[in-house]
Amino acid sequence: MSELLKLDHLTIGYKTRKGSCPIVHAMNASLHAGELVCLLGPNGAGKSTLLRTLAGVQAPLSGTVKLGEADLHTLPQRELAKRMAVVLTERVTTDAMTARELVTLGRHPHTDWSGSLRPLDHKHIEWAMQATNTISYASRNVNELSDGERQRVLIARALAQEPHVMLLDEPTAFLDLPRRVEVLQLLRTLAHETQRAFLLSTHDLDLALHIADRVWLLSSSGTFEAGLPEELALSGAITQTFQNEGVAFDVRSGTFKLCLPQGQTACVLGDGPEAFWVRRMLERAGFNINPNNKTASEVQVEVVRRGLWRVRVGKVFCEITTLEGVLAAVRTDAELSGGADRT
Amino acid sequence: MRRLFFVLLLIGLAVAFVLSVSLGSVRIPIESVLRVLFGGEVERETWRTIIWQFRLPKAITAMLAGAALASAGLQMQTLFRNPLADPFVLGISSGASLGVALVVLAGTAVGSSLLGGLSLFANIGVVAAASLGSGLVFALIVLVSRRIHNNVTLLVLGLMMGYVVSALVSILLYFSVPEQVQAYINWTFGSFGGTTWGNLQVLVPVVLMGLALAMACVKPLNALLLGEHYARSMGVNVTQARVMIAASASLLAGAVTAFCGPIGFLGVAVPHLARSMFATSNHKVLGPACVLLGASLALLCDLATYAGKFALPLNAVTSLIGAPIVVWMILQRSQTRQN
Repeated sequence: MSELLKLDHLTIGYKTRKGSCPIVHAMNASLHAGELVCLLGPNGAGKSTLLRTLAGVQAPLSGTVKLGEADLHTLPQRELAKRMAVVLTERVTTDAMTARELVTLGRHPHTDWSGSLRPLDHKHIEWAMQATNTISYASRNVNELSDGERQRVLIARALAQEPHVMLLDEPTAFLDLPRRVEVLQLLRTLAHETQRAFLLSTHDLDLALHIADRVWLLSSSGTFEAGLPEELALSGAITQTFQNEGVAFDVRSGTFKLCLPQGQTACVLGDGPEAFWVRRMLERAGFNINPNNKTASEVQVEVVRRGLWRVRVGKVFCEITTLEGVLAAVRTDAELSGGADRT
Repeated sequence: MRRLFFVLLLIGLAVAFVLSVSLGSVRIPIESVLRVLFGGEVERETWRTIIWQFRLPKAITAMLAGAALASAGLQMQTLFRNPLADPFVLGISSGASLGVALVVLAGTAVGSSLLGGLSLFANIGVVAAASLGSGLVFALIVLVSRRIHNNVTLLVLGLMMGYVVSALVSILLYFSVPEQVQAYINWTFGSFGGTTWGNLQVLVPVVLMGLALAMACVKPLNALLLGEHYARSMGVNVTQARVMIAASASLLAGAVTAFCGPIGFLGVAVPHLARSMFATSNHKVLGPACVLLGASLALLCDLATYAGKFALPLNAVTSLIGAPIVVWMILQRSQTRQN
């Protein structure tokens, strides 16, 4: 795989009047052709600063970024624009502009001073719109498009720029879940098929771990790690990054959970979706799920069959037919015993 | 479709031009107007004088002013991404008015000829002072726009400069006698009628230069539609573009203000009209459209000032025509947003 972008001992941060204020030190990483890389990390960890630095808007405090063979920060702006495109979070508010006109703007670095389009430019515009499936509303006004449609048009504009590397700042923000999946899948397909590299920042952790070819992880404490999502999950890097942020990463299921104050332990017997959702419900109710130790748990729920649960609270067994009932049964006890502890 | 609109605009401009030369306090039949324009013989020699010495320079001035203000307004609206921006947001007209206020105040000392009301526009001193004032502001803006980091700062600076200069003008007027104030106010009314062929020798090349610069800014302006950040990511040198756009708009607005006074609303209303007529934000289309529409509308506004027996102030007419256009456009836009 060819290396399109390379971070070499890159330190990012801000220069202030008093001196420099580094956010992340000495990052080493690469973007390869055909890769979709997700940049994850809590707010304030430096995701935007890194993207701004990689887009050439901000100078690094030290280290270099290589774009192909060239140093990204000394590359003339127009040359940079021919190799790198961005999709920003800021809203495009222009009146009276069709989707096609917006995509056409992507040809900017490739046209002459007057901006006239040659047949080749038209070909790239057409291709970008086809690849993003935006042809059907090419002549509609950008203002009239839904958020998902507009995001695809913005991606088409960036594609029309023929970049080797595309940076996307939270392309899934403001979108509903199906649209997020759609946009991420589109980006992955594009990265794989066109052999370009896409780097996107996102807060959709679950989705990113499912879809990214590689993950770049920034933490609030200023660490940076890059690797396969599975690698970072197993090494505990993801757990560590998010543990202080109010979400817990469950290595077993690969999902993020709310860090709720946990009290009594509960055990759920059985498997399948019935058991899974009972477990989720008990977690939400503040129980600490203990999958192995039956006897040590104060509460035990066994899935007998669909619509029938056998609940043990302390030493008392009962059979309950609704989830509402199960919740009520375990809750009463938790409150009672909580009260008992206090006396 | 677009081509048809352009042909219609050209025809409209030609009609407005002939009407503007033909109508006025002395009515000259259109056939005679055409004959004079194409060098033929006419019944009365006075008509030839009226047309060549008064109506033609005035019509040309109106066309240049309309085209210049509309183009400058278009550039400012895109640069600041603000539909209400006009050619004067950078403080150009304030600079000119300060120059004129100074000349008018000095006028009593020099002689009362300056206070001759309408002849004020023909006065080379006023033109020079206004040019100097707007030229100074222009130089300041270009200098400043190279140093600042975003367009909003430029907008705020322009507006603040306008306030400071207006304050100076107020102080000058406060210490003036009523005749001087009247002379100054006459200037602020605006007029296309004060220019001579000699003046046009300056106005024409300056406006053409401004328009040529505007044409060179078409590509960066289109990129700036998406905002400075996107523009930069597409390879636009935003600082250089800002300087060029500010230079073009200031040249256009400054030259017109020097010769015609501060003419409001054409610069705001015409870009909106062009945008809705052609349903695009592409400056390659809007630029020429603004030139043609601006020139026609300026001619029509000038005609409207002679609607009755007496002449109305030009600025009153442009505002009366321009304000409803802007209101209508804004209402239409909010309607499409809601749908």
